[in-house]
Formats: sequence, C-alpha cells, structure tokens
Amino acid sequence: MENQFFVDSEHLSAEALEKKHRLETDPSSRKSHMEYLPGMEIIKSDVCKNVISQMNSYDYFKYTAADVKKALEHDTCTVEDFKALLSPAAEPFLEQMAQRARLETSKHFGNTVYLFTPLYIANYCENYCVYCGFNCYNHIRRMKLNMEQIEKEMKVIADSGMEEILLLTGESRVQSNVEYIGQAVKLARKYFRMVGLEIYPVNTDEYEYLHECGADYVTVFQETYDTDKYEQLHLLGHKRVWPYRFDAQERALRAGMRGVAFSALLGLSDFRKDALASALHVYYLQRKYPHAEMSLSCPRLRPIINNEKINPMDVHEKQLCQVLCAYRIFLPYVGITVSSRESAEFRNGIVKIAATKVSAGVSTGIGDHESKYTGKETDDIQGDEQFEIDDNRSLDNMYKDIANEGLQPVLNDYLYM
Amino acid sequence: MRKPLYKMNNDKLIIGGHEFGSRFSLGSGKYSMKLIEAAVKDAGAEIITLAVRRANTKEQESILDYIPKGVTLLPNTSGARNAEEAVRIARLAREIGCGDFVKIEIMRDSKYLLPDNQETVKATKILANEGFVVMPYMYPDLNTARDLVNAGAASVMPLASPIGSNKGLATKEFIQILIDEIDLPIIVDAGIGRPSQACEAMEMGAAAIMANTALATAGDLPMMASAFKNAIEAGRKAYLSGLGRVLTRGASASDPLTGFLRD
Repeated sequence: MENQFFVDSEHLSAEALEKKHRLETDPSSRKSHMEYLPGMEIIKSDVCKNVISQMNSYDYFKYTAADVKKALEHDTCTVEDFKALLSPAAEPFLEQMAQRARLETSKHFGNTVYLFTPLYIANYCENYCVYCGFNCYNHIRRMKLNMEQIEKEMKVIADSGMEEILLLTGESRVQSNVEYIGQAVKLARKYFRMVGLEIYPVNTDEYEYLHECGADYVTVFQETYDTDKYEQLHLLGHKRVWPYRFDAQERALRAGMRGVAFSALLGLSDFRKDALASALHVYYLQRKYPHAEMSLSCPRLRPIINNEKINPMDVHEKQLCQVLCAYRIFLPYVGITVSSRESAEFRNGIVKIAATKVSAGVSTGIGDHESKYTGKETDDIQGDEQFEIDDNRSLDNMYKDIANEGLQPVLNDYLYM
Repeated sequence: MRKPLYKMNNDKLIIGGHEFGSRFSLGSGKYSMKLIEAAVKDAGAEIITLAVRRANTKEQESILDYIPKGVTLLPNTSGARNAEEAVRIARLAREIGCGDFVKIEIMRDSKYLLPDNQETVKATKILANEGFVVMPYMYPDLNTARDLVNAGAASVMPLASPIGSNKGLATKEFIQILIDEIDLPIIVDAGIGRPSQACEAMEMGAAAIMANTALATAGDLPMMASAFKNAIEAGRKAYLSGLGRVLTRGASASDPLTGFLRD
C-alpha cells in the first residue's frame, strides 16, 4: 500500500488549508523543481549528468545470479558489478555479500565503530515535504534555541563523553540563518572535537564561513534522486529545488570542508535506483575530489507526529542490509552511518558487517537533552521531534554493547586543521 | 652494491641515533589493547605507531595509556593533506607528550590512502630542522628517497602495497632499489599481509617491517604476532648470511662457459 502523506491540521487557517490542498492536488500551482531560485549559486559540474544517466538506464531485472556471482568474485567492484549486487537477483546471496562486505570493512576500518550524536537546535521549516515531521503545515511545537540554551545542551552531551556532534536545523533560512548556525558551530568547537552540519544547502561562500567557524563535515540528504517523485513530495519551499540540493556536497568541498555525507531516504521512491544514485554520487565526486572524506547513510522512512502510518514500504531489513553490503563492496573506503531510526538489533548486527558509524544518545527534538539524559524534570519549553527513533540507547550503553560485540568504539579520530 | 654484513648478535636497528633490538614495529591503523599486547609480547615490537588524531581525545581510555613502558611511541600525522597540516600535527604530538619521533603520513587521496611524496619531502625538511626524528611514509621512488635523505629523514618508509590491502610486496623491485641506494634504514610499511612477505622483505635487506592489518585481522592474534617475529628474524638472518648472492646468480654451471680460455 502507498504511504498516505497528506494530513490536515485543525490549526490551519482556511486560507492555509486551501493553499495546502492546491499544492497537493494541482501540480501547476507548484514552482518548477528544476529551476534555481534567486540567490542560489549555480556551479558547473558533470557529476549530476553522470549519476542520472546511469540511474535512468538501470534495469535491475536484467541481472542474473551469474552476474551476482561474478561480481562477488571480482577483486574490484565495477559499476556493473554494483548494479548486479543491488538487483533482486542478489537477494539469495545476502550472506555471501555480508561476508565480503565484512572483509572490506575490516580491511579499511579494522574493528572500529565511530560514535556521534545529533543536536537539533531549531525545528522551524519553510518547506512542505509531505513525509517530514518538521514540514511547515504540520502542527508541532516549534522552537529555536538561543546560544545560552544551545550551550546548555552541548554541556549535557559533552558530559556524557561524546566528542563528535552533528548540528541540525529545520530548513528555514529566515529562522535559522547562516550566522546563527555559525555561532552555534563556534560554541560546539568548545565542547567537541568534530562538528558536522546537517542544515539546508547553502552557497560556497557560506560553507566557507561555516568551515571557518569550525564545521568540517556537511551532510545533505537528497531524499530521492528520482526528480519526478521528488517534485511530488517536496511541494513548497527552497528545498523543492532539486539540482541546487544535488550540488550541495560539491559546493561544500570547494569551500574547504574535509568531508561530505550523502543519502537517499529509502522508501520514498524505487529504492534500488535511489541506492545506485546515492553511491554513484559519492563515486563520481570522489574521482573529482580525491582528498575528500565521504560517507553514506541509509535512512528509511519513519512515522512522524500526526502521521503514524508512514513506513518504509518495500525496504525491509533484508533489503536495507543488501543495500548496505553493496555500498560497502563497491565503495570500501567510505564511511557508512546507521542512525537510530533502526532498531538496536539491526544496528548491533550491521556494525559487524558494513556500518562504521552509529549515533547514540539521540533525540530528534529540540532542547530536551537534559531531561532525556538525566531524567530531570524541566519547565523549559521543548520543540517537537522530526521523526520517531527506534534505538534510544545512551552513549554508555552503546559503547558497552559495541565493545561486547568484540568491536572497538571510537569517540574521536579527527583533528580540525 | 649490498651493504656490508653484520654479525647477528650485535645487529641493532639504529634510527636517528636510537638503538632498537627488534625489527618489527606496529602500525596505527587498527588499534586495540589486545593488538598492542600481542605486538609487544609476541612480536617483540619496540616501536608502536599512534595516530595523533585518534590520541587527541577526551576519551577516558586514551591510547596513550595502552602503550607499555620501554616502547617508543611513534606518533603519525595521518589525516594531514599537505605538509603544513603534517607539521601542525607533529608539533601537537610533541605538545601532548609523544616525544620527538614522528612518522609523516600525508594523503591527498581518501580512496587508496597513497602518500603524497612531494609534500612529504617538504614536511620532512621542516620537522627535521625542528629536531624531530622524522620517519616519512612514502611511495617507493628513488628520487624522492634521496630528497628525504637530504631533508634530514632518519629512515625511509616505502609502502609494499596499498595500505590495509595485505597484498604483500607489490613494489618489490623499487624497494630493492631504495635498499641498494639509500644509506638510511629502509622500513617497509603498509601492505605486508603475511609473515612470508615480511621475511622476503627482510631477505632483500629491509631494515625493519611495520605492519598492523596483518595482525589485527588474524584469527589468533598472539600466534600471528609470534609468526611475524620469527619470519622477520629469519629474513634478517638470511640477509646477513648473504642469501642475495645465491638467489640472484643461481647454481654454478658444472662446465664453465669460460673453460676454453687458455691464458
């Protein structure tokens, strides 16, 4: 069954509801998703063309068991091999793929697993992305932390032992402008060794500023590489502009960021094509920027506040595992992050095969770390979460669980240069 | 020209004026307490590499605490993308108490992690001038090796094959040239996957072996560590005993080709 994304809130005005319905039902009322808005930097790059042409011509039903076997025998996994490993024909070979993936992971990363935590500092959003809890028509408690509140959150997290932080905002330039984020990054540098960003895409000069403030890793999820589907899911706002989002990592690298992270949100569209495109996005950019560190995530759709029915469709744990193993075999040198969207059991298993980084002590809400970490009751106002998480283990528990699996938890492997 | 032969019982590895009895040293790639223990106890490592970027942590269990007394710490500059960054990391290592040894690793390539020779020469020069005992990791190129000597390196550390690959002596011929031509210890680093490969490098005249993945990914860590120790010692003995001549010339012909010459 298809996901039912549209939910009307009783708190919306008649005018807002009418606009919402028009956006949902009348494609002509929506702005072109392939045209840049004023102020959006356009860079010359052939990466997008390469990724999209490969994805469009990918017919995964043509691959056979023999193709999969050959792919697993090859020393170096070619793009064709990767396509075979992502195909339905590879599903019966999941165990062999996992064995090979584990070998590649151990060659490149040993037995280490990196730990980090996200910190949402604001949940205001100007976009109507129909599957997201932060979308502008969803009635949730909105909040933007001030610097004092941010510092308080950071202290609580740093006290837990965490050394790497990922700062997130909803995608609102108005509520969370680049200077605001820059100030938060500067604060984060006081408490953490490594500061990453997952914010709305910005121009190269803005990434440069954020890098100078102390951020060194930029995560932008493309959500789906299927531009038609993207158009139907991102109905309003800056985020609607697909190509500007696609080039975000390249702008970040040009701005001097050490690394960039990529992902499609599996379950939005054809997951095999999205997985192919995500990995090729990494592959082609790596050839162009060989010094850069790259990583892939693999989030699946999760329920949100006011819509519990959202689910990852045909991407079950087996398919997710297949995608992750294929990523690892094709791109043995990239980091793979598995978030708390997935269960503790899945994450315990996948770190032994392909994943190199997991989050711990996660909250996707705003300003609630003290109550979540210490159990302390608080009168402070808190902002609602982006989506429901599954694995809510603390850093301590995650650390112990990883060590008990015979792996080595690592809190920092990084120097800001 | 082969270097002069030594007597085994007085056979020390000398790096920057410091003497070492062991010719195995542990690389930094994959760390664990068990690995360090095995490297020291079973492989006899006297030098252990440490990634400064990993050591620079608030973590309670700092890797610095893992290093046993009497073992020389060799901080490396992994994560550096150019000479300037490598120099900054080396200075930081000194500040946090890692001593004067430094292994320079400069990579502009996140896929194969191949070292950037040019930048490595630049960093070597700066750090050697600042009194560091500089051990540069490099792609085995004779001209670069000579530049490193002139820049003040204390040893030269060519890679055998891509780091972490366990593929052995893929660059064998070029490492042999360095061994033959460079008057500094040549320490083969990266890619050694089996004791037999370590032994082969030592037979060729390498001064020492650095490895990590080969041990870290072994089924029985202490046993593999001990196998490396024996292999390295065997290779060293073979080298000192003059094996090279036998291998390169083969057996003598029973009827000499030049037997017809009369005076």
